[in-house]
Amino acid sequence: METKTKITGAEAFIRSLLKEGVDTIFGYPGGAIMPVFDALYDFDKHVNHILTRHEQGATHAAQGYARVSGKVGVCLVTSGPAATNAITGIGDALMDSTPMVVITGQVGATLLGTDAFQEIDVVGITQPITKWAYQIRKAEDIAWAVARAFYIARSGRPGPVVLDFTKNAQFQEVEFDYKPCTFIRSYIPIPDVQPSQIEAAAALINQAKRPFALVGQGVVLSNAEKELKEFLEKANIPAGWTLLGGSAMPTDFPLNKGFLGMHGNVGPNMKTNECDVLIAIGMRFDDRVTGDLKTYAKQAKVVHLDIDISEINKNVKADAPVLGSAKETLPAITKLLNVADHSEWISTFKEYEDLEYEKVVLREVYPTTGEITMGEVIHRVSEATHNKAILVTDVGQNQMMAARYFKFSETRSIVTSGGLGTMGFGIPAAMGAKMGAPERTVCMFCGDGGFQMTIQELGTIMQEQIGVKMIILNNHFLGMVRQWQEMFFEERYSFTKMQNPDFIAIAKAYKIDGTEVHVREELDAAIADMLKDDKPYLLVVNVEMKGMVYPMIPTGASVSNILLGD
Amino acid sequence: MENTLYTITVFSENTVGLLGQITIIFTRRGLNIETLSVSPSAIKGIHKFTITLYTSEDMVVKVVQQIDKRVDILKAYYNTDEGLVFQEIALYKVPTDKLIALGSIETLIRHHHIHILEMNENFVVFEKTGHYDETQQLFDELSNSVGVLQFIRSGRVAITRSKVERLSDMLESIQEKFERSK
Repeated sequence: METKTKITGAEAFIRSLLKEGVDTIFGYPGGAIMPVFDALYDFDKHVNHILTRHEQGATHAAQGYARVSGKVGVCLVTSGPAATNAITGIGDALMDSTPMVVITGQVGATLLGTDAFQEIDVVGITQPITKWAYQIRKAEDIAWAVARAFYIARSGRPGPVVLDFTKNAQFQEVEFDYKPCTFIRSYIPIPDVQPSQIEAAAALINQAKRPFALVGQGVVLSNAEKELKEFLEKANIPAGWTLLGGSAMPTDFPLNKGFLGMHGNVGPNMKTNECDVLIAIGMRFDDRVTGDLKTYAKQAKVVHLDIDISEINKNVKADAPVLGSAKETLPAITKLLNVADHSEWISTFKEYEDLEYEKVVLREVYPTTGEITMGEVIHRVSEATHNKAILVTDVGQNQMMAARYFKFSETRSIVTSGGLGTMGFGIPAAMGAKMGAPERTVCMFCGDGGFQMTIQELGTIMQEQIGVKMIILNNHFLGMVRQWQEMFFEERYSFTKMQNPDFIAIAKAYKIDGTEVHVREELDAAIADMLKDDKPYLLVVNVEMKGMVYPMIPTGASVSNILLGD
Repeated sequence: MENTLYTITVFSENTVGLLGQITIIFTRRGLNIETLSVSPSAIKGIHKFTITLYTSEDMVVKVVQQIDKRVDILKAYYNTDEGLVFQEIALYKVPTDKLIALGSIETLIRHHHIHILEMNENFVVFEKTGHYDETQQLFDELSNSVGVLQFIRSGRVAITRSKVERLSDMLESIQEKFERSK
């Protein structure tokens, strides 16, 4: 009888990751995960491990990697403080449906529950912010748990999974036998397409005079960009996009009518309250998109396509819910649609586009005098990349300006913290994005505040020579909070003014090239210098201190109550 | 806002930490669980939770969907009292001397369908099954007459009236679908 040779749990673990196709890990070693790192040492030909400078950085890097590549992002960290440092990225990945597997080391099973050194209840802490959290206490569980973790993370509506791996199980010897997971009886990742729902949705859309579609990240996650285009084109439906749905349609796609929500374009927000059939595709009616729900699209019949049944009727009641993957449901509906011409309705967007251009865009993107504005920097960087770059943002004014003025020609080109709104996301997410799409240019915009939240990752960028292009829009303020203070707190700038270090000198200490720009005339040359090669670069642009992001729908106001700042 | 008593039934795999996963969903929305009862179901390896709470239908739908979404949950659904046959059980410990001092307790026993579980010189333990108001009525009566030394009431157990799909059938169809997809 053949007896299999035994290997350590740590090695079985690495071999399991290889079976799942893992080639990149973002991590940070420590006591309770040392056996796994020791095993990893022998697999450096197969796996590229990126040593970040903080576990939060590892999680955001894994998110950036996953978002641009569509693969599962992987983090490997130790127990206790490493696990708690990873929490922000795990929560972020849940909110933004990013496939990620985070492995945390854990004290030996006999020490569990004893307040041992660097012990913390990782499963307990992460259960509310993961799709699945599991503690591996014995080596026989490793292959099963890893297979299940990857299946859960990537299937259906993707999300983060945590594996808490006790040290004894890493040392234990086990026969390695790996079977991928393709089925869990209590888990239905993609609901069956129901023909009655498809018919009901198509019937509503066919009778619509003023249809309007809302495009969310679900389109990207299900790789349904082509199906979306065919759907919109056949019935001639104009569409707006959510922050995470940005780049699902190219910016210059004729039916793309712009960005939805609090700082979105005037047209798509106003038209939400003028359309007769509202078609939401893989989006979840976040409050930053809807504003006041009591006045949101009350005139419209709502068609809601989602893979997650718990999103149906959560915020907005659906007259025609359509469960399933957009990859399947969109073409099924398209088949039943009549070819339509809504050009008259579509032409009514123009009035709002002109209004916004005149009141907001002209001033923000094409100023000729005064200080540099945030919008013009984003516009010029986007143009300089021929609108082909991946946009990564931090959170705040930089994020909203970037979403508004960066242009997209390819899908999976926006990486931003949408749901959780995590400052400090930018630098590490940009690293991960560049690792996930090395052939593409990655431009990361952030503020002076967010840059300093994960500034330590410059060390990772230096060590790995990750060619990210970092642009700080420096206004010496926590800009978005300052904007709210100006608008809603009588200009009481409570703790939003910042004295900043010499960012270029810091970059230089990390051997990263950079330029600081003070005046408009220097901007184009600095951008060209940044984009001249594929090396890491820091561009600091000193922008107007009291810049405002307009248009703005104040919190809790109706989507048709838009402030233009004029 | 509408405030009705809903009964949520949950079937789950018997894995560590499941109760926590369920209660988190109530905690996030600031909902109090009224009663909770957990036990193995008729199918080996599958546990059944019966949870009651006062809330609106809109809310209970969202809560049930979010429970159902958890990976280890097989099925979650809700009912109002009209859709259920349900029962609770209560135990009452009362002092023997005061009970004897009442004279005859036959009327009390007959009226409330009381079972006597234990009796000694110090105390008697009554058992009564019934709906909440029924077990409460006996508690009030005993409190006013002899005093209750200890009292405990179980969570609700319930069976649906409707002809719902049985869990075993559901599991079979899931399994069949998977086999076909291979």
